[in-house]
Amino acid sequence: MFGFLLRRVGLVIPTFIGVSLVAFFFIRLLPGDPILLMAGERGLSPERYAELLTRFGFDRPIWEQYLGYLGALVQGDFGTSIVTKKPVMDEFFALFPATVELSICAILFAVVLGIPAGVIAAVKRGSGFDHGLMATALVGYSMPIFWWALLLIIVFSGILQWTPVSGRISLLYFFPSVTGFMLIDSLISGQKGAFASAASHLILPTIVLGTIPLAVIARQTRSAMLEVLSEDYIRTARAKGLSPFRVVGVHALRNALIPVVTTIGLQVGTLIAGAILTETIFSWPGIGKWMVDSIFRRDYPSVQGGLVLIAVMVMIVNLIVDMLYGLINPKIRYTR
Amino acid sequence: MTDIARPQAPAAGPKPVERPGRFQEFWRYFSENRGAVAGLVVFVFLVAIALAAPLVAPFHPDEQFRDRLLSPPAWTEGADSRFLLGTDAVGRDILSRLIFGARFSLFIGVVVVTISLVGGIVLGLVAGFFRGWVDTVIMRVMDVLLAFPSLLLALVLVAILGPGLMNAMIAIALVAQPHYVRLTRAAVMSERGRDYVTSARVAGAGKLRLMFITILPNCMAPLIVQAALSFSNAILDAAALGFLGMGAQPPTPEWGTMLAEAREFILRAWWVVTFPGLAILITVLAINLMGDGLRDALDPKLKRS
Repeated sequence: MFGFLLRRVGLVIPTFIGVSLVAFFFIRLLPGDPILLMAGERGLSPERYAELLTRFGFDRPIWEQYLGYLGALVQGDFGTSIVTKKPVMDEFFALFPATVELSICAILFAVVLGIPAGVIAAVKRGSGFDHGLMATALVGYSMPIFWWALLLIIVFSGILQWTPVSGRISLLYFFPSVTGFMLIDSLISGQKGAFASAASHLILPTIVLGTIPLAVIARQTRSAMLEVLSEDYIRTARAKGLSPFRVVGVHALRNALIPVVTTIGLQVGTLIAGAILTETIFSWPGIGKWMVDSIFRRDYPSVQGGLVLIAVMVMIVNLIVDMLYGLINPKIRYTR
Repeated sequence: MTDIARPQAPAAGPKPVERPGRFQEFWRYFSENRGAVAGLVVFVFLVAIALAAPLVAPFHPDEQFRDRLLSPPAWTEGADSRFLLGTDAVGRDILSRLIFGARFSLFIGVVVVTISLVGGIVLGLVAGFFRGWVDTVIMRVMDVLLAFPSLLLALVLVAILGPGLMNAMIAIALVAQPHYVRLTRAAVMSERGRDYVTSARVAGAGKLRLMFITILPNCMAPLIVQAALSFSNAILDAAALGFLGMGAQPPTPEWGTMLAEAREFILRAWWVVTFPGLAILITVLAINLMGDGLRDALDPKLKRS
C-alpha cells in the first residue's frame, strides 16, 4: 500500500509543474503587454514601466522568470489581484467555502437520489420504472445546465415564487462568517429564519449542479448492480435463504459501490465546470463566478492564480479518490 | 478483423458497403436499440434541416420586424401567425434563427471531433507504439490538461485567443484531446503484442504502416463511441461558452448565444429562453442515444450488460 501511495504521489509532481507552466505562459500569451496586464494601470510613465519591469522580473531570461514564479507558488504566493489589490490566495479562500458548500449539497443530492434509483432499476430490470429511469437519466445527462437553471428560475422563482432568484441568503440577515458554510453559520447565529433563508437559496443551485452527477450515478449504479447480481456469491446468498433485502442491500450493494465511488470522484472536475455556469446564473459568490468575473474584468493575475489553485484542488481530490479506491479494492494496488 | 471500423460510415444511413455481412451484423445490434434508432432519425432530420436552412426557414435569421418585438408563439393569445415560435427582443423570428443555429451546432460538433480525433489518434498511437520517454512526455502533458476542469480551460484559452466561434472550437477540441489520446494508447498497447502485428513486422512492414494500417483499424471501436460522446459534449460546451459571452458573438444565431441574449427576458417572455435550450437538449439527446447504440453494437464486451 505504501509503494502504491508513493507512486501515486510521484505522479502529482510533474502534473503540478505542468500546471504551473500553463499558468506561467497564460499571462505571456495574452494579447497585449504583460506588464500592463499585470499592473492593470493606464498611462504608465517610462520610469514606472521600468520599475514594474524589474519588479515582475520581465527583464530576466525566461527560465529564470519561470523558476521565480514556481518558487513563489511553492511559498504560497499566487499573485495579487489588479482589481482588489489583495493576494489572490486570500480572495480564493474567502470564496472557496461557498463553492464547496454548493458542491457538497449537489453531490449529496445526486447520491441520495441516484444510488437507490439505480439499485431499484437494476433489481426490477426491464420494468417500467427501469425504462423510465434510464430515459430520464439520459435526458439529465444531455441537459444544458445553464438552460435548465433558467427554466427552474422561470417556474419556481417566477411563476410559483417559492425560491429566491440569486445570492446565498436574504439581505435581511447579517452574521459573522465562522465556518464559511452559510447553512452552518446561519444556525450558529441563532437568528430566526436565517437558516430557512440560506436553505431556500441553496435549493435551485443544488438541483442544477447535481443534475448531471445524478444522471451519471444512477446509470453507473444500475450497471454495476446488474453485473454484481449475476455473480455466484449472490446466488449462494440467495440459496442459503437470506432475505432479498439483505442480499441486495448488503451483499450486492457493497461490491457494486466500488465503481460508483470512482465515478463520484471523477465528477469533481465536472462539478467545478458546472459551478462556473451555476454560480454565474444564480450570482452565487463562489470561485466559479469569481473566475468568470475575473476574465471579464481582465484581472489576469487572479485568473492565473485561480487556474493553479483550482487545478491543485482537483488534483488533491483525485489523489484522495485514488487512495480510497486502493483501500476498498486491493486489486488496484498491485495491478497499476 | 481489420475492418471493425467499417460500420462507422454507414451509421449515417444505409449505403451500399463492400462487405454487407459486417454492416448487417452492426445494423442488427444497432437497430435492436430503439432509442438509438430514434436518435439516428432525429439526427438525420437535424442534418437535413441544417443543410436546407435557407429553403426551410421562413425568414432570414437577422431580419427584424420592429413592429413585432417579443411576439409570443403562434398558438398563444396575441400572437402573430407568421412567427411559429414567436420573435425575440429585436423582432427576429425565433424559428428561423433556430434553423440556422442547427448549422452552427452541427458544424461545431464536426470540427471539434475531427480536430480532437485526428490529434488524439496520432498522439495516442505514437505514445502507445513507441512507449519510453515519448510516451511519458505525451501522457504527462495530457494529465496536465485533465487537471483543469474542461470548461475553465476552454474559457481561459478563449481569453487568450479572443472570443469567437472559431477560437471556441479550437479551445474545446484541445480540451477534448486527452480522452482520445488515452483511449488510443490503451487500445494500441493491448494490440501491439498480438500475433498479427508481429507477423506484419516480420513481413517487413514499416513503423508507419504498422501504426496506421495494421494496428489502428483494430482500435477504432472505442474511438467511435468516444467520438459520438464528444460530439454532444462539444455542442454543450460551445453553447456554454456562447452563453457566457465567450463563444459565437451576437448576432450569430448560435443557440447558446441566443440564450445569453434572452436571459434578461426570462420572466417576461418564456419562449425566447425555452426554445433555444430545447433545441440544444434535443440535439445532444439524439446524439447521446446514437452513441449508446454504437457502443452496444461495436463493443462486444459491453454488449450484454
